[in-house]
Amino acid sequence: MSTTETTVQSVVIRFAGDSGDGMQLTGTQFTNATALHGNDLATFPDFPAEIRAPIGTLAGVSGYQIHFGSTRIHTPGDQSDVLVAMNVAALKANLKGLKTGGVIIANTDGFDAKNMRLANVPEDKNPLKDGSLAAYDVKEIDVTKITRAALADSGLGTKEIDRCKNMFVLGLLYWMYHRPIENTVAFIESKFKKNQAVADANIKVLKAGWAYGETTEMFAQRYNVAPAKMEPGVYRSIMGNQAAAYGLIAASVKSTLPLFYGTYPITPASDVLHELSKYKNFNIKTFQAEDEIAGICSAIGAAFGGHLAITGSSGPGIALKTEAIGLATMLELPLVVVNIQRAGPSTGLPTKTEQADLLQSYYGRNGECPVVIVAAQSPADCFHMAYEACRIALQHMIPVFFLSDGYIANGAEPWKFPNADSLEPINVAFAKERKASDDKFMPYLRDEKLSRPWAVPGTKGLEHRIGGLEKQNITGNISYDPDNHELMVKLRQEKVDLVANYIPEQTIDNGAESGDLLILGWGGTYGALKTATLDLIEQGYKVSHAHVRYLSPFPKNLGELMSKFKTVVVPELNNGQLVKIIRDKYFVDAIAYNKIQGQPFMASEVVEYIKTKC
Amino acid sequence: MTIAIDKLTSKDFASDQEVRWCPGCGDYSILKQVQTVLPDLGRPKEEFVFISGIGCSSRFPYYMDTFGMHSIHGRATAIATGLKATRPDLSVWVITGDGDSMSIGGNHFIHMLRRNPDLNVLLFNNQIYGLTKGQYSPTSEQGKITKSTPMGSVDYPFNPIALCLGADATFVARTMDRDPKHQQAVIKRGYEHKGTSLVEIYQNCNVFNDGAFEIFTEKGTKKQETLMMEHGKPLVFGENNDKGIKLDGFKPIIVNLSDVSANDLWIHDETDLVKATILSRFYDDPSVDGHFPRPFGVFYVNNNKATFDELFNNQINHAIESYGAGDLDKLIAGRETWVVN
Repeated sequence: MSTTETTVQSVVIRFAGDSGDGMQLTGTQFTNATALHGNDLATFPDFPAEIRAPIGTLAGVSGYQIHFGSTRIHTPGDQSDVLVAMNVAALKANLKGLKTGGVIIANTDGFDAKNMRLANVPEDKNPLKDGSLAAYDVKEIDVTKITRAALADSGLGTKEIDRCKNMFVLGLLYWMYHRPIENTVAFIESKFKKNQAVADANIKVLKAGWAYGETTEMFAQRYNVAPAKMEPGVYRSIMGNQAAAYGLIAASVKSTLPLFYGTYPITPASDVLHELSKYKNFNIKTFQAEDEIAGICSAIGAAFGGHLAITGSSGPGIALKTEAIGLATMLELPLVVVNIQRAGPSTGLPTKTEQADLLQSYYGRNGECPVVIVAAQSPADCFHMAYEACRIALQHMIPVFFLSDGYIANGAEPWKFPNADSLEPINVAFAKERKASDDKFMPYLRDEKLSRPWAVPGTKGLEHRIGGLEKQNITGNISYDPDNHELMVKLRQEKVDLVANYIPEQTIDNGAESGDLLILGWGGTYGALKTATLDLIEQGYKVSHAHVRYLSPFPKNLGELMSKFKTVVVPELNNGQLVKIIRDKYFVDAIAYNKIQGQPFMASEVVEYIKTKC
Repeated sequence: MTIAIDKLTSKDFASDQEVRWCPGCGDYSILKQVQTVLPDLGRPKEEFVFISGIGCSSRFPYYMDTFGMHSIHGRATAIATGLKATRPDLSVWVITGDGDSMSIGGNHFIHMLRRNPDLNVLLFNNQIYGLTKGQYSPTSEQGKITKSTPMGSVDYPFNPIALCLGADATFVARTMDRDPKHQQAVIKRGYEHKGTSLVEIYQNCNVFNDGAFEIFTEKGTKKQETLMMEHGKPLVFGENNDKGIKLDGFKPIIVNLSDVSANDLWIHDETDLVKATILSRFYDDPSVDGHFPRPFGVFYVNNNKATFDELFNNQINHAIESYGAGDLDKLIAGRETWVVN
């Protein structure tokens, strides 16, 4: 049969199915194949907190959206061109996000009476039959039936056979979009190397999906999405938490300090632990503690002992670590606190994104307890900012927050990765051994950065005591002296402020140095704000976008940069946090633009909002 | 070749900070015994680290001229675990109290014991909250009248030794502030143990709970009320060593030595967990008739359990041996890359 080839600039596909349908795996495989094809891309995995929510229900729907193209891509796309719906619940939950005229690939088996009942859809309202999908291009396939037929003689049970369904869809989409299949074949071989029958079955169904596209009349259209024009170089695909882990490892290698990661499992931070745990041969020591508090306290012990010490969690876990962050501030030891933010408060929406822990990072401790805060803006940027967090902690003897969020933690993008040699060096020197004839060691004697010596146990002549009680400046002895306390509070703040001399100045990401309106963002909203800004500029608006990655202290020129714009808008996925700090610190009448739905910004909604302020 | 170390003295372990416990506090004795024992361990001073939480006892590290950290309430065990995991070359000590270890730090305490890092834990048990001025603690006897429990506490107390055995501790011992020799010997044995050594020290708080252990520490009653355990020796006590403990199946019985030959008594075996568990239950109120004497010394030692720090670092070494030291460029590049020209 004849197929038409169409070239398109970009496509958004959303895979949606039951939590057990393997949609996340399907999505990541499609992402890898797309990356290897040379497209730019951004992804958005969107899954429920329950591992296996009741089958077939709306609560159990797991989605994975990928936006890829021959142009630069900064967001996973506001609306999808293609929706894969493995059951009626998946269709119901995701139809709103499908463009009018978009393609629906529906697994008809997932639209039977039982699935309709589970998804609370009345019997007479089957969307495949009631004409409600007339505005879309619906492709009905009984994926279950075809998969079972393909594997009839595989010797596998029905349960195992049905688990291969997602590979059929993947194979079909590979055919539709000219993606290479080899990479997924190799992945399956390796994943099921201990069970050849299962590997064979998955590969067979994957190829059956490809063949289905080629042979049936249903799919008369194939799409070409040419490789994107990207900066020359070597690329890979990377997810945020993976990049964060690599950034921490890189800092360990470059500082020549072994890394210790003390933590407790929590969504969506656990993948940092999983990733780090794989690389013990890098002298990476991961410790799954009994709770969040022990996670950070063990890291403080490791920092005292001379390791690159890191603890990681998400909002509720960070709340538990609060007292120990105060201790680390008093001890003036290097410590990196990784916070992969999720929607709160309390347990909140564990698998949904939000950037509502900025004020917690800034102020969430007893007493005057300033810390350094950096935030990553995209999946690949997690590498760079995690590295920066370590560099600052080690060179300034100070606790540093590294903020990421569920959206960039699980999202993926192509990454023109750096050479190890090109990374900024992290030089660390421990305090040196002393003889009895030397002057007494002063543990709180400060250098030009106001940081104190790192005197690790085992070093002769450096015996000293530190603790959470107020220190006398220089000697480090306990002191209740009123003037000393005030001095120490000021010194600890000044030490944070001085970090501004060791970080890059703020730049404008897109747009002119001055104009009508500055979009000032931070964290994982980068892609949406960038896309919105480019769109607004194209439409003739005098809009610029700056994205802050160093949040405490701010880059020295931030105030000046903002002063060149008539209006400053701060879009955030919270109820207005950075905007509070900006208004407080710079007296800028910045406008808060907030979304608090556990979902990232859509570029289009940002564009519409900004237009009302221009 | 052995490296000559100048012989240290107890003075070398005393810091220049003035000791600020209440006059007459049992903590003074413990500080003195530790400063006495340390020079005999043949280890350079810079290798010792003392980590404490919060409470009267937790001021201890300030008075030791070693590396030290006075941390936050209940967390010394977690901090020490992190330090020992990363620096197994150090001799790491935890100083804690009954509130610090068994109330606010209870979780870290039991998890430390099950993991068995090679730490030396000195648990100062005074059965009261001293630093916060006299509230009942998790080891206070039921009915304790304090500022926070004017009608008496309703909580049942923990039995620390039984708790530790329950958490699979590998070295469990008890001593008292008023017996310096016994204390020194037990602390030294704790140091020599590979794994977490838990030494509970009965320590008198003469301000808020004076005399809590008098019956065990004072001359007139000590011999009658205490059972000094020694490995391989029969369990004998009493004013003239005239009483003993015999086991009838799993049931301990107090016997008079005039009726029973010493050969038929319970011979203390530190390596027997079941017997140690029975001994840990010799925890009766001394005012009750027919009560058992309170045991002191080493209840239990298990030398067959690898330490946490050992296992933790073995994995690192094994990974390096198996895969070679990590290559950062290879890690960052991953398995799949593509080139944009």
